[in-house]
Formats: sequence, structure tokens, C-alpha cells
Amino acid sequence: MIGFVVRRLMAAAPTLIAVLTLVFVIVRIVPGDPALVILGDQATPEAIAALRARLGLDRPLHEQYFEFLFASLTGDFGTSLVTGRPIVSEVAAVLPHTLDLTGAAMVIGTVVGVPVGIWAALHRNRAIDVAARILSLLGLSFPVFVSGIFLLLLFALHWKIFPVIGNANLADPVDRLHKLVLPAITLGLVMAAYITRVTRSAMLHVLSEDFIRTARAKGVPWRAVVWKHGLRNALIPVVTVVGLYVGILIGNSVLTEIVFNRPGLGKIIVGALNQRDYSMLQGLMVIYCFLIVVVNLITDLTYGLIDPRVKHA
Amino acid sequence: MTTLLDVAGLVKHFTVTKGFPRPVTTTVRAVDGVSFSVRRGEAYGLVGESGCGKSTVARAVLRLIEPDDGTVRFDGADVRAARGETLARLRRRMQIIFQDPYSSLNPRRTIGQALTEPMRVHGLASGRAARDRAAALLDEVGMPPSALDRYPHEFSGGQRQRIGIARALTVEPELLIADEPVSALDVSVQAQVLLLLRDLQKRRNLAFVFVSHDLGVVRWFCDRVAVMYLGRIVEEGSVGEVFAEPLHPYARVLRDASPVPDPSGRGALPRIVGEIPSAANPPAGCHFHPRCPHVRDACRAAYPGWRRRGERGAACVLV
Amino acid sequence: MSTAAVVAVSPVRRAVARFLANPTTGIGIILCILVALSAILAPILSPHDPIEQDVIAQLSPPSATHPLGTDYFGRDVLSRILWGGRISLIVSLTAIAAAIVIGGAIGMVSGYIGGRFDNFVMRVMDVLLSFPSLILGLIVVALLGPDLVNLVVAIGLTAIAPFARIARAPVLALKERAFVEAGRALGYSHARILFVHILPNILSEVLVMGSLWMATAVRTEASLSFIGLGVKPPTPTWGGMMRDGFENILDAPWLPIFPGVAILLLVLALNMVGDGLRDATDPKLRAE
Ligand SMILES: Nc1ncnc2c1ncn2[C@@H]1O[C@H](COP(=O)(O)OP(=O)(O)O)[C@@H](O)[C@H]1O
Ligand code: SF4
Ligand SMILES: [Mg+2]
Repeated sequence: MIGFVVRRLMAAAPTLIAVLTLVFVIVRIVPGDPALVILGDQATPEAIAALRARLGLDRPLHEQYFEFLFASLTGDFGTSLVTGRPIVSEVAAVLPHTLDLTGAAMVIGTVVGVPVGIWAALHRNRAIDVAARILSLLGLSFPVFVSGIFLLLLFALHWKIFPVIGNANLADPVDRLHKLVLPAITLGLVMAAYITRVTRSAMLHVLSEDFIRTARAKGVPWRAVVWKHGLRNALIPVVTVVGLYVGILIGNSVLTEIVFNRPGLGKIIVGALNQRDYSMLQGLMVIYCFLIVVVNLITDLTYGLIDPRVKHA
Repeated sequence: MTTLLDVAGLVKHFTVTKGFPRPVTTTVRAVDGVSFSVRRGEAYGLVGESGCGKSTVARAVLRLIEPDDGTVRFDGADVRAARGETLARLRRRMQIIFQDPYSSLNPRRTIGQALTEPMRVHGLASGRAARDRAAALLDEVGMPPSALDRYPHEFSGGQRQRIGIARALTVEPELLIADEPVSALDVSVQAQVLLLLRDLQKRRNLAFVFVSHDLGVVRWFCDRVAVMYLGRIVEEGSVGEVFAEPLHPYARVLRDASPVPDPSGRGALPRIVGEIPSAANPPAGCHFHPRCPHVRDACRAAYPGWRRRGERGAACVLV
Repeated sequence: MSTAAVVAVSPVRRAVARFLANPTTGIGIILCILVALSAILAPILSPHDPIEQDVIAQLSPPSATHPLGTDYFGRDVLSRILWGGRISLIVSLTAIAAAIVIGGAIGMVSGYIGGRFDNFVMRVMDVLLSFPSLILGLIVVALLGPDLVNLVVAIGLTAIAPFARIARAPVLALKERAFVEAGRALGYSHARILFVHILPNILSEVLVMGSLWMATAVRTEASLSFIGLGVKPPTPTWGGMMRDGFENILDAPWLPIFPGVAILLLVLALNMVGDGLRDATDPKLRAE
């Protein structure tokens, strides 16, 4: 197992470097001088030159690249141009809010999606299945900012059950939970829709496999077959696909945070966009890269745990 | 008769890498020094068990895969050295017929398109003229002209094989390489297609490299034959002589174990005793020695050299 | 030799039959056509000018003159929704078309060449793919500046990698088919084999995914506009209208409902069509 983990870690390293290279390219491929973009047309040449020096833009590209790689890999994501504070601390300050949201959404997505998906697969083409399919199609067609605003209209403005403003006091668990409910449902429904679909098709696939038929032929009760053989094997594709949806989760969390006015990575990124905080954007992209590489690594490892064959492959 | 195709020392190895993250690389010596020549208008057979490298020889001769070593001469021209236009012109003169009639035609193109395209590409004919030629070719292979506007899925395996033959003829080749042209067909259809090929050979004075694992078919169709074993030719000679009195023990086992052509087209060759041969890890010395009833010490030491006996020859210490 | 060909129902016709048997697909197509028509006919259907301001009719609820009410500047919401559909459709259609052409070409060539080159290209695509598409789009638009062309660039960029993968997979299988080798033996160029022979065989698969990705593109365009990175005001966009409505949610709670429903309908319709097409052409389902 340890060997497997180490090998996966080593396989993740080139991906991380490649993603970082992509970030570097994206930021630098933009036409025009970033310093000019940041300072605007009215800036004096001296001011622009000073900013270029501060951003390291006056140095050769390869130097900039290797320094960027080295800094990123050693955890130095730069400082915000606007506040002057390290990006890591800016992010750390709001990260709990974002983790609350995405974590809760994942839980909702799994708790709703997996059982519904299995249920639908077991009742293929019956009313339950059709309903599950229609609902999941609806769920993944809803842009989160639309569903978020609709939920807000209903539960916060019409019935006034939940607050409109989502800036939770982290130290107060009740407040924290209260303000999490609507955003988490908004984001969770999308995940539930995706997970329902994947679970359903994975389960259908597994149920048609030979070993399920054999188990049934041997007289193992249907319920036991489903739980022991079916579920375990259906979860394998589900876990990988959940890993793939991290990108969707992250993108949607940004929109959810905006709608519910929650502090978090999403609000930071939008703030940085509005203030043309170029270093902040680059730093955030790097942090997202790390997040994604780590999540992919975790799904890989989970995959290895559920499916023993993977270790030897 | 003049030599049309001359192959000397042909080599093709495949390296296969499997496993991640600790990959294991093995080298498959699919073709390991094959030499033979085919005369104008002659039908030359290539027989051997499945996996012995027959298809690889066929593809390497046409450079559908690049050979690793050796020379291929067609009518005196160096095929391996040819590039661009020269290669296209040489390829036009040698065509190939494939085993699987279901994958050899593009499902999205009509028979007419499949037959006129080569003519257009080589500037032989276009428009009305190309269509007329295509219809004439269809007639030559026993298909009606109405087939021109149909799609491959509307035809049976035997009909598709006829269409494949017609397509090969569009560019007026002098040599046809037929890679197991009937083994995927129903027995009832096999004979018809073989008769067609024989008919074409005589009428157009075509030379053939006829690849098959079916001795009966080769015996009927070919003038000369080479027996392959694990990437090498172990015996060569006229069909009559080789099958009447094989020199190489492997050729003998092959002949003795194949009384009638196997209808299924698969497993036509006998289950010969001994371990299954692998071109990835051929035994030292004579590759056949682990299965050979006449094995002696010399056989294990070195690969036996080629010994001539008049017009024929074999690679065996017994000869 | 018998002249009778094997009579078989063409796979295309069977796919069409299956496609029509699935009512969700039909509904999806009708919805798509309706949205497209309303966008094309916006100049005729709109009761008002979509950007003309009417300060007196500010934030008025739905009425006879303004069936869906007016926004903060007194602009007619119905007219803006009709016109806004144009932006959504134009941006997502061009972005996906570009992604299909560029991504499809990358995937086809990469799969056809194979080997190390293919490994490298697909690794790069995986990297692009691992990046959250909304964040990628967000940053690209932010850096390039929000306008129609840059939106297309940003959204198209996020869809290149998926189409490269979608196009590559069938090419890997097709290039092993004997008709490709036959083509080479007949002296066809690689370009001819790839674009005349292989391309038609993968087109349906790619186009089916195209409609699913259209749905994603519409959602991304709306999301970017909602964040404020869409086509600049006063041009009406559905995402932008959601943003305006959201800002005035306390005074006019109905305002975000209509553009929200419009986005949902179009995305849903595209997903329904894509799902139906995929089921109809999926060889695995066909075997059942
Ligand atoms: N593209 C390839 N990559 C790796 N190995 C191959 C490839 N093509 C053929 N081989 C191997 O080369 C050997 C000879 O194959 P082939 O020429 O197809 O044999 P035959 O046509 O006589 O059945 C086999 O062991 C086969 O597995
Ligand atoms: S060389 Fe030896 S082992 Fe090989 S075929 Fe001849 S007798 Fe048998
Ligand atoms: Mg073969």
C-alpha cells in the first residue's frame, strides 16, 4: 500500500508542474502589459516601470518561469497587490467558509445521489426511475446562481426562514450552520444530480455483469447480492467521477458564494478581478491547481482502497 | 520468368511496453530475417501457425509498417528507399486484400466511392469514366453494377471480399498480397472467392503472395510455398515437392496434421505437442527444437543454416 | 452470383426511430427551436426597444404594456429576454463550434499519430481538463477584457480538451480497421485518410457531445455575465439580467425569475436533446 501511495505521489508531480506551467502561460499570454492593465491608461511611465520591477516582469521569461515554479512548489504564492498581505493568509482567513460549503455540498450530494441512483437502477424504467432521471436532468441544468437566487427568494425573502446575508461567525456553530443551509443545498443539489446519474448507470452496468447473475443463480438473496456485490462495485466508478466533478464543484462554489454573499475563495477571486489584482489571481490559480491535484490524488488512493486490483496494475 | 518481388533479410520487431508505473518492455521478433522472391505471374504461398509473422511480412513488404531491416525490391526498384511520389507509384503496382471483409471497407462510403477514389487519387480516371471502370471491375469480380450506389453493410462477407478485390484492381497492380483472403468467410463462399482469385491471376497474369494458415488452400492455389515458424522461413520449395516430401520436421507435422481444410477457418493447424511458441521469447538454437521429435544437441546450440536441395531448401540440421 | 444484397434496416434509421420514441428528446428539440426562433425573431416579437430607458416605469411589475415588468432603468424585461437569447446562442454556438473544430482536430491527429506524441498531447489536454472551466473562463475573460469575442475565446478554450478526448477515442479504434490500411496501400495521403475516411465515422459521436457541451457553454456564458464578465451593458444578456435582478431583489423580487427561467429552459432543452441523441447513437444501448 505504501509503495502504491508513493508511486501515485510521484505520478502527480509532473501533472502539478504542468498545471503550474499552464497558469504561467495563461497569465503571460495575455496581450498588453499587465502593469498597464493594472494601473490604467493614465499611469506615468515611471509608475509602470516600478510596478514591472515589483512584479518581476522586467526579467527574462525563463527566469520568471523557474522562480514562479520554485516559489509555488515551496508554498510561496505571492502577495496581494491591493492589500500587500501574503495571498496564503488572505486565503486561509476565508478557507473555512469555502470548505464548510463544499464539504456540506459533497455530503448532501452523496447522501442524496447514491441511494437515489441505486434505487432508480433497481427499478429501471419504472416511475421511480423516470422521476429520478428527470429530476437529475433538471438538477444539472440549473445554473447554481439561478437555483441559489430562487431558493433565496423563497426561503429568505418570502418565508424568511434563513438569512439573506451569509457572513457566518465561525466561532458560533449555530450561526455557522444556520447560514450554511441554503448555500449548501444550492450546491448540494447540483452534486446530487451528477452523483445520481453516475451511480445509476454504474449500478446498471454492474447488475448486468456475470458475477451478479452467478450469485443469483447460486441462490444468494437479491437484497444481499445488491448490497454485497453490486454496491461495492458500483462505488468504484462513482468515486472516480466524483473526483472529476471537483472542477464543477469549485466553479459552482464561486457562484454560490456570490449569491449568498458568503466570504470564501469565490469572493476573493471576484474581488481580485474587479481590482485587477494580478498577483492575487495568479496565486489563486496556483492554489486551485494544488487543490485539484490533491483531490485527484485522494480519489486515486480511495480507488485503490475500494478496488484491490488497482494496486497491482 | 523474371523476378517481380525480391525480399531479403526482412526484419520487424515490435517492442511492447506493459504495466504502469513499473513498465516491462518485451521485444516480439515477429519477423526475423525472411527472404524470398516471387516471379511475375507466380502464386507464392506463405503458411504457418497463427502468430508466426505472416501478416507482418505482408505489411512490411508494402511498408504499411516500416521494416526494421532487410531489403524489398519490386521490379528492381528499392521499396524501402522510396519516398513520396515514388512510393505511391510503387504501391500502386502492389495491392493487398485483407482477411476481414467487414473492416476492410469504410462503412460510410458507397461501393462506387470506394472504387473510384483510387482512380482519382492516381489520376487514372475520373467522373463518368471512373464509374464505368468501376462497374466493369464489379462485373469482373461477379458483382452487379447496381452495387455502386450501395453501402458495405448491405452486402455479405463474400460479396464484400469481392468488392475488396475489385478495389485492389482499380489501380491495375502486378502483385496482389492476399492476407488470409478466405479464412473469415463461410466454407461455401471460400471456394467461389478462391476460384475468382485464380481466374484473375490467369487472366491478368497477376503475381500473388498468398498468406494462409490453411495448407489445403495453399496447395490448391500456389505454385511455390514457404513455411514460416516464429518469424523465420523454415522451408521453401514447389508446392508439390514440399507437401509430398517435407524436409523440415515442422513442415512435416503441419502436413500430417491437416488432412482436410477446416471449415471454421480457425485452428486449421494441428495442436502440435510441446509448449506454445512465442515470438517474444523464441528458444535458443532452432526455434522448433522444444517440439521437434528429431531434436539433437546441435539443434540447441545454434540456429541451423539454410541448406539447399536443388530448387528447394530448409533450415534444419537433418537436411 | 446472387444480386440480392443483405437487406438490413439502416443503423441511421434505427437511431432516428429510437430517438423519436423518447419523448424527452422531442420536448427538448421543440424547446430549442422555440428559443432559437424567439431569439432570431427578437426584433419582430419584442414589444419594446430592449435598451430604451423609461425612468417613469422603473421596476414596474408585470402588466399589459410590460408583460414581464421592467427593470431598474425601466427597460422592458420581455424584450430584453428575447434579445438576450441571441447573445447566449451566438456565444455558445460559436464557442462550441470552434472547440469542436480545434479540439476535434487535435484529438484526431493525436490519436492517428499515436505513440509518444499522442501521450504528450493527451497529457496537456488532461491538464487543461483538470482546471475548473468556470475559473479558467473567468480568468481568461478578466485578462482579455469582457467582450463578445473574448467570451467566445474563453468558453471555447474550456471545451477544447473535452472534444480532443471525445474525437481521439474512436480514432484509436478506427485506425486499426483494415480500410485505413487499404487506403494507405492505395496511396492515399494521411490527410485524405484522416479527413475523408475517418472523420465521417466519428462525426456523429462528436456532434452528440456538442449538444451536451452547448448546454454547458450556455451556462458558463450566463455565469460569467452574472459575475459581471459578460458582454458589456446595456446589451441585454440573461446572466446580466439575473445580476440586475439580484441587485434589486428586495424592491422587485420577480425580476430575477424570468431570465432565470429562460436560462434554465435553454440549458435543460439542450441537455435533453444531447441525452436523447447519445442514447440513440450509443452502440452499447443499441446492443440491448
Ligand atoms: N502492431 C503490433 N504490435 C505488437 N506486436 C505485434 C503487432 N503486430 C503483430 N504483432 C505480433 O507479432 C507476431 C506475428 O503476428 P502476425 O504477423 O499477425 O502473425 P500471423 O499473421 O502469422 O498470424 C505475433 O506474436 C503478434 O502478436
Ligand atoms: S534443426 Fe533440429 S530441432 Fe530444428 S527442426 Fe531440425 S532436427 Fe528439429
Ligand atoms: Mg495474420
